[in-house]
Amino acid sequence: MTAVPRPHDHPDAALRTEALEALLLERQLIDPKVVDGLISRYEHDVGPMNGARVIAKAWTDADYRRRLLEDGTAAIGELGYSGPQGEHIEVLENTGAVHNVVVCTLCSCYPWPVLGLPPSWYKDPAYRARIVREPRRLLAEMGLVLDDDVAIRVWDSSSEVRYLVLPERPEGTSDLSEEDLAALVTRDAMVGVARVAPP
Amino acid sequence: MDGIHDMGGTQGWGTVTIPPDEPVFAEPWEAKAFAFGALSARLSGQNLDAMRHAIDRQHPYDYLADGYYGRWLGCVETMLVDSGVLAPGAVVARARTLRGEEVTEPADPTPHKPDYQPTAGGSLRQVDTPPRFAVGDRVRTRHYAHAGHTRLPRYTRDHVGTVAAIHPAQVLPDTHAHFVAENAQHVYAVAFDSTELWGDGAEPFTLTIDLYDDYLEPIA
Repeated sequence: MTAVPRPHDHPDAALRTEALEALLLERQLIDPKVVDGLISRYEHDVGPMNGARVIAKAWTDADYRRRLLEDGTAAIGELGYSGPQGEHIEVLENTGAVHNVVVCTLCSCYPWPVLGLPPSWYKDPAYRARIVREPRRLLAEMGLVLDDDVAIRVWDSSSEVRYLVLPERPEGTSDLSEEDLAALVTRDAMVGVARVAPP
Repeated sequence: MDGIHDMGGTQGWGTVTIPPDEPVFAEPWEAKAFAFGALSARLSGQNLDAMRHAIDRQHPYDYLADGYYGRWLGCVETMLVDSGVLAPGAVVARARTLRGEEVTEPADPTPHKPDYQPTAGGSLRQVDTPPRFAVGDRVRTRHYAHAGHTRLPRYTRDHVGTVAAIHPAQVLPDTHAHFVAENAQHVYAVAFDSTELWGDGAEPFTLTIDLYDDYLEPIA
């Protein structure tokens, strides 16, 4: 087999990042405080804990649940979550009969305000390629086995609409507080590749 | 464009594993590449659709080998060179300097940012005309293969689906990415039966994808 050579000089990404940063700083095109602020925001403040609060509230407040399913962006905004990659968010309800799962086959569009930046598996070519072709099989490989009578709906986020999955509330949680419920909700359940496990 | 990025339905990738306790950024450079990407539209005078198209245009080898934030890094460089903020090869020349080589770095070009002014922030727009299709309408996706940016993936082209919802109108990525026009238009969630996309042996499921008005044709 013929090896495919790199088409051009391509130093490793860490070195090219350092080079780009130096060029931008020398030209005063970026402010290091802005760069550090962006990084810190997505490392600490914007992440799946936001979405988990939305889900826990929907599980405990029927009126909020109704608003969330009607107008996800507004209901999520009620809790203070908005921003880039969250211009219009729709919420998909998982039930015993219907299972929703979300992907972006063309890049890795993801609802940042509620889930933060996408995890590695969501950006993996294997996920992007297979979930739109053999979702039941791939979900099973990822640890989520669905009964044959559960209808699967796959959502490819190809426009600026972003999707958040409202997972089923697990059994045995009727006495838990909203805060305790939020602690059970996982990122993977809000994309639709897992269930929320009981405590 | 029919690039490496259009991965839906392609085969041979293997399985997907979910690493436990994954950090937001695996390495410090990834965090920096993310921040530069977040600032890239402002730095280059471009927009989000142009950014996605700059990612689509990364060489297929680099697209796969560099990973997600490597693609962000590559797209920032592409956008800055396209807008004349940095010279072609400037980043590689500086990287070589940093690794101790004697390199003459290229002089800065004259900036030539696109002549482009958005009519509003973000991608959502108000459109005066009523939607061409209603929920429940059967539609056919166009058999589309232009060389520029598009959000109509190959696996959904020339197939028949049903309009499942009407979304807020949005700028059309196909023209917006190239600074031709915002071309704001209605966007529909279109549902396809898995057998329509993958044939009779397909797993039973419904695939729903958000498609711009230009991508759709009525079924007579």
